Amino acid sequence: MMDLLGFENYLWLCTALFCIGAFGVLIRRNVIILLMCIELMLNAANLLFIAFSYKWNNMDGHIFVFFSMLVAAAEVAVGLALIVLIFRKYRTTDIRMFDKLKG
Amino acid sequence: MEINNFVFILLSIVTLLCAMGVVLVKNPIHSGLFLVMTMFSIAGHYVLLSAQFVAVVNVIVYAGAVMVLLLFVMMLLNLNKENEPLKSFKVKLLGAVVSGMMLVSMIALYKTNLTAHSMPGIPTSEDFGYVKPLGKLLFTKYVFPFELSSILFLAAIVGAVFLGNRNKTEQ
Repeated sequence: MMDLLGFENYLWLCTALFCIGAFGVLIRRNVIILLMCIELMLNAANLLFIAFSYKWNNMDGHIFVFFSMLVAAAEVAVGLALIVLIFRKYRTTDIRMFDKLKG
Repeated sequence: MEINNFVFILLSIVTLLCAMGVVLVKNPIHSGLFLVMTMFSIAGHYVLLSAQFVAVVNVIVYAGAVMVLLLFVMMLLNLNKENEPLKSFKVKLLGAVVSGMMLVSMIALYKTNLTAHSMPGIPTSEDFGYVKPLGKLLFTKYVFPFELSSILFLAAIVGAVFLGNRNKTEQ
């Protein structure tokens, strides 16, 4: 496959996706949106793993993507529990409120 | 072969537009729905790269579990456009400049270092991406990380339940 386009297009696509996620982390203040942007960046890395494992006929990349998804799911579960806890105290999901946490 | 290129271009456009939607849309619920669309198009990319099982897992885990969790929390906290914290125009401009420079420098890095000769690739085998070789790999070569991941999940479950319960007992 990818006769006309060449394999490098996956590199451009994943780089663009990663930079969009980084842009979101830089410009948004809502913590839940920040979590979503981190998911975008993780997915850019996952897609590149799959693309390279296709190119090199090596399925280790698929396993790495499984583990990355797994860690992302655990991260979202704990992160959302923390966000709910902080929202109950400060009534906001603004990232600037999170610098009040001590110990 | 032509249809693959067409599908790739279409999926890439959908992916990038929906990712921009996640970042730029004001309403958090809408950006969550854009993220679901992004996940589906990335699953389409996985199918295109003959990683069918990973595509199915991606849809179930991200578009299913993670997004339900995110949207549920957003609706629980009653987030909408009115109480959305916003950053000033200057910060947005700086963020655009920084991420744009990151994009340009990464692409320049690839352009200077990667040639057709440096990535020859290997033709894919018959059963590439099927469940059977994947399971063999997962339960032989990667069995230790697999078991460690179950401990990670246990810790995450205990942590989430503990954090969710603690406030109730204190009050």
